[in-house]
Parts: sequence; C-alpha cells; structure tokens
Amino acid sequence: MTLTDASASSSAPAQRKLSTAKAMVEAIAQEMERDEDVFVLGEDVGAYGGIFSSTTGLLEKFGPRRVLDTPISETAFIGAAIGAAVEGMRPVVELMFVDFFGVCMDQIYNHMAKIHFESGGNVTVPMVLTAAVGGGYSDGAQHSQCLWGTFAHLPGMKVVAPSNPADAKGLMTAAIRDDNPVVYLFHKGVMGLPWMAKNRRSVGPVPEGEHLVPIGKANVVRPGSDVTVVTLSLSVHHALDVAEELAQQGVDCEVVDLRSVVPLDTETILESVGRTGRLLVVDEDYLSFGVSGEIIARVAERDPGLLRAPAARVAVPDVPIPYARPLEYAVLPTPDRIRRAVLGLVGA
Amino acid sequence: MEPDDRLALYRTMVLIRTYEESILREYHADKKPAFDIGAGLIPGEMHLAAGQEPVAAGVCAHLTADDAVTATHRPHHFAIAHGVDLERMTAEIFGRVDGLGRGRGGHMHLFDPATHFSCSGIIAEGYPPAVGQALAFQRRGTDRVAVAVTGEGAANQGAFHEALNLAALWKLPVVFVVEDNDWGISVPRSASTCVTSNALRAGGYGIPGERVEDNSVEAVHAAAGTAIKRARAGEGPSLIEVHTLRLWGHFEGDAQGYRSDLEGVPGRDPLPTYEKQLRAAGVLHDSGDITVASIAAQARDRVEAAIEFAKRSPEPDPATALDHVFARA
Ligand SMILES: Cc1ncc(C[n+]2csc(CCOP(=O)(O)OP(=O)(O)O)c2C)c(N)n1
Repeated sequence: MTLTDASASSSAPAQRKLSTAKAMVEAIAQEMERDEDVFVLGEDVGAYGGIFSSTTGLLEKFGPRRVLDTPISETAFIGAAIGAAVEGMRPVVELMFVDFFGVCMDQIYNHMAKIHFESGGNVTVPMVLTAAVGGGYSDGAQHSQCLWGTFAHLPGMKVVAPSNPADAKGLMTAAIRDDNPVVYLFHKGVMGLPWMAKNRRSVGPVPEGEHLVPIGKANVVRPGSDVTVVTLSLSVHHALDVAEELAQQGVDCEVVDLRSVVPLDTETILESVGRTGRLLVVDEDYLSFGVSGEIIARVAERDPGLLRAPAARVAVPDVPIPYARPLEYAVLPTPDRIRRAVLGLVGA
Repeated sequence: MEPDDRLALYRTMVLIRTYEESILREYHADKKPAFDIGAGLIPGEMHLAAGQEPVAAGVCAHLTADDAVTATHRPHHFAIAHGVDLERMTAEIFGRVDGLGRGRGGHMHLFDPATHFSCSGIIAEGYPPAVGQALAFQRRGTDRVAVAVTGEGAANQGAFHEALNLAALWKLPVVFVVEDNDWGISVPRSASTCVTSNALRAGGYGIPGERVEDNSVEAVHAAAGTAIKRARAGEGPSLIEVHTLRLWGHFEGDAQGYRSDLEGVPGRDPLPTYEKQLRAAGVLHDSGDITVASIAAQARDRVEAAIEFAKRSPEPDPATALDHVFARA
C-alpha cells in the first residue's frame, strides 16, 4: 500500500500518467475487485461510462449487477444507495452534476448525513456520493456551480474535492473504505476530458496498485514564504500558475491544496500562515457563508496575531454563474483575479 | 384538417428544422479541429430537437402568446412554435446583450415574458411552475392554459408526479406533454420504467392521458386540441405523450455509442414524411405561390436574419456581471 500525505507524496513507487477520470475509475475498479459489496449506480454510468467519464469501462468489467444505470429519479436512487449502505454495502452513487442536488437533497442531508447520528452511532452509512462541479465552459447557472460549501455546512458528511489524478485515485479509495458518507466532488476542468480545454495537470502520474490519500489532510503543493494561498480543486492549478509567474517578480507563494473541506485541515493552514503571515483563500464556490469565510474565521479564532495583513479572498461574488463567457470569466476565480489579490496582500 | 392549417404546421416544422440545422452548423464551425465544448461562438452544452418538431408544432398551433409554456433543456422547437422572438432567442444562445436574458441564461434557460415561455435545465422541474401559472390563470377567471413539457426520462422524476397530482386535485388548466424519444441520454425507456406509456400514469392521478404513437403532427394536433379545449373549458388537466424521435445525439458531441436504433432513424424523420403526405393530398406543390422551395427559403431567411442579429449584438460588459441578482425595489 502507498500512503500519500503532504510529506510522502513524492516517494510513491511505480507511476504512470493517467487522466483524473481514469484515475478515479481505477480506484473504483480496484475496490470493486477487493470488495464484493462495492457497487456503482447512477444516471448513464453504464454503457455511456459516465457523462464525465467517471465510470468508463466498469460495466464491461463488472456487469450490470454491479454497475446499475438508473432512471432519472435521484431521490429514489440516492435514497436506495443509503438503504444499501445501511445494510453494509458500499455504494458509489453518481449525481451527474452537483447542481441537481435540489431534487434529492432531503435524502442527502436528512438521511445520508444524519442516520449515523440519530442512531446514536449504531448505524453507519458507508457510501460515496460523487458529482461533477465547476464552470468555465458556458454551461449556465444550473450546470456550473461548486456548492461544496453547502454540503460542508450540513453536518454528517465528509466532503472531498481532488485537484489531480493521483489524489483522485487516493481520495476515492479512502472514500470507499470510509465508514461515513463521503461527498466526492470532481471538477470537470480537472478530469482530463478530450472535449474540454485541458488543464495541463489533469493528466499526471498515478501510483499503481493500492493508493490511499487520507481524508482530512491538506497538501502543501508549493512551499513559499510570502503568502499562503489556500484553495482546492481546479483553483489549485490557477494558484500554482500564478505562483510560478509571481516567483519571477520575487513574490513567493505557498499553495495549500485542501483536498477535503470536511474534515478541514486547520493545522496545516495555521502552520502555513504562521510562516508567511499572509492569507488568501481562493474558492470557486460562492463568496458568502462558505469555505473562504470559514478558513479565515478559523485563523482569526485560533491566532489572529498570525496575520500581518488582513486576509483576502477570491470567490464567486454571490451571483449565479452567468452563461456569456465575458460575464462568467468576470466572476470565476481566474488567475488574473488571484494574481491581483496576491499582489494586493504583499503591497506590491 | 383545412389545407391552410396543414400548411401552417408544415411551415412551423420547417422553421424549427432550419433553425436547428443552422445552430448545429454555428456550434461546430468554430470548434474545429477538435471539439471543445467551451470554445467557439456558441459554447456550452447544446441539445437540439431535430425529429421532435411534430410535438411542438402540433401543440403550439392551439396556443396564443397569452398561454404559458414551460419547456425542457431541449427547448428550441417549443420556443419557436410558441412564437418566442427568434432574434432575441438566438442572441441569448450566442450569449449576447440583446438576448432574452441579456446573456445570463443561455440555451437551456430561455425566458420570455411576452409569450409566457420558460425552460429549465433541471429535469422535470418545469412541471410545477406550469401548475402555478395555471393556478394564476384560473384565479383570474381567464381561459388561458399552461403547457408543461418533459421527456419520457424526466417522467420518472418526483416533480412530474407531484405536479400531476396537484393539477388534478385543483382541476387546473394544464396540459402535460411528454416527448418520448425513447432515450434519456443513454438509458432507453425500457430501462427507466416498466410502464409502457406515460399516458397510463395520467390515469393514476384521475386525469385523461393519450399516447400518440407515430410522431404524426396531425395526430398531435388532434390530441392537443382536445386537451387544450378541455383545459380552457375549466374541466382540468390532461396528459399527452408523443412517441417521437431524437434524430441526433443527446447533446452535440454525443457519439451515441450506446444507441442500438441508429440505423433506422433517418427513415423515420417526420419532416419528409409530412411533406410527402401534403404533396399527395395536393396541399404542397413545386410550382405556384406557395411551394416547398419558397417555404424553405422563407425559413432560411428568418433564421439567417436571427443569426446575423445575434452575431451583431455585443457581448455583455464584464462590469455588469453582478447585475440582475435582485430586482430593484
Ligand atoms: C434532475 C436532473 N437530473 C439529471 C439531469 C441530466 N440530464 C439532462 S437531460 C437528461 C435526459 C433527459 O431525458 P428525457 O427526459 O427523456 O429528455 P430528452 O433529453 O430525451 O429530450 C438527463 C439525465 C438533469 N438535467 N436534471
């Protein structure tokens, strides 16, 4: 077994390059081989292989008894996954776009997330709920949101969002083995799909065999001394691009990839801010009442003296994601907005 | 049917098809060489309704701009048949300031208060609002109706069932339309429900249900006529399911590797079928005032004008990105 964490991520053995989508599928397939109780269900997860290729090849490998195409009935099939999980199975259930959560939210937050608590810890719900998140390709207000803050706000479910292929595999394996419900949110822009403008890090080295990334451990993907940029999912890549560019101007950014929103790795954030004294949170979710506010609040609660400058955030400014490209890019956390925020923090 | 009414149905179908073919061309033209969903003049997902023209033409022939239509993620055919302004609709699809939603909504989110038209990218979620529009019409003592459209895949969604029940309970002037094109993306109808027809489901809520089997625009017209008359007369809702045809992929870029019925699809195209029928009946001709060619040319002119209008309209100013979240007091 390889166990990747912040310090050990470069010491993994045999690696080859996979897209994030393929890395996700590999993790699911390996867990299905390992454990008869793991099965997959959702819309178009079978012959289609998942609209975002998150289940490609599983039907051929495991057959229709373990890879179930469902009707467009999210309340019923996500609820059914909950029931199966309560009986000890380990379903991986896909909600195609996270934006569709509205039609099935009762099953998610009143049942999936609360059964363990309501049973006084006597019943577990070991399931993974996957969904695609994110914008940047003009899919409009009902197909472009991130919403991880919404799930994180409601207690009882872990929430993870990988930014790269290796983490996608490691977090999926950990999610399937977790005895809690885990909401696994994959950004379309990091999947490495041939029909979307490719992020250059959406294909990358992935450890072969068993690979786990512990849920709740953030990753310092780039060490730096001037500013801490805390972010997740696709924005990690924007932050890295900006960091590389600003390094040439003498601004040294540390980039922290949260990997999971629940649990939130407060320690890693505090350690980093302790070193740099400056904090920028970049979040593709809405600005208010979300991840960015939470992170800043935790730093302020624990040790406001760490901050040498007021904390800053770049997020979607409380507006539904617009369709037209100039409007969409005006509200997304683009590299340009991140760069300006970093420069503002260092007073450049 | 009177020849003029038949010609009107044909014209609507031709206009829709011409429109969808043009959008298809514009959508792919600038994504070359590689298809990239986010690139080009029309980015984002694109769901086209070629093959489903008879449903929109047949139903909307009975409506005026006072009646409401809630359509789906595949909305163009209903928007056109219901008389939504073609230029402003196209500008919206191109994400321009003169679009119906000033570029905010896009192809799946077209809203036109002038014709009470709306649509939703979330499956079946246009059903409950149509029930509410019908409630408003009923309260105000009008004979206006609301038409709610879904696909057969969406009929397995909770909102579909709750809306049918509520409309039946309150005897609201709604006509529920189900477009059964056999596929919900890659899932065939046989894998999404054991019910052979959604018309049967109507019976479960105590309202009439009729299935039109052959994608015939005149059969749709007849069934819709009965349902809409009933609604206008205050006799309550009904449901019509049309066994129609998705001629192209679920969305543009869909290779349809899962699809088992592709071979026979072009042969079931409703447009040449209706054209042949009208020619045989002596309604359509190749010479004289109104010809197949002149109808096609008129449609082309209108569609080209709409696309030109859209391309001429400016892109929205990024400085306005936060506008329209709230209405001004
Ligand atoms: C609540 C919800 N679930 C899933 C989807 C994704 N989705 C979009 S279209 C579609 C298939 C719809 O099939 P059908 O209702 O038969 O309409 P068609 O596309 O065939 O016109 C699905 C699953 C969605 N938009 N909303």
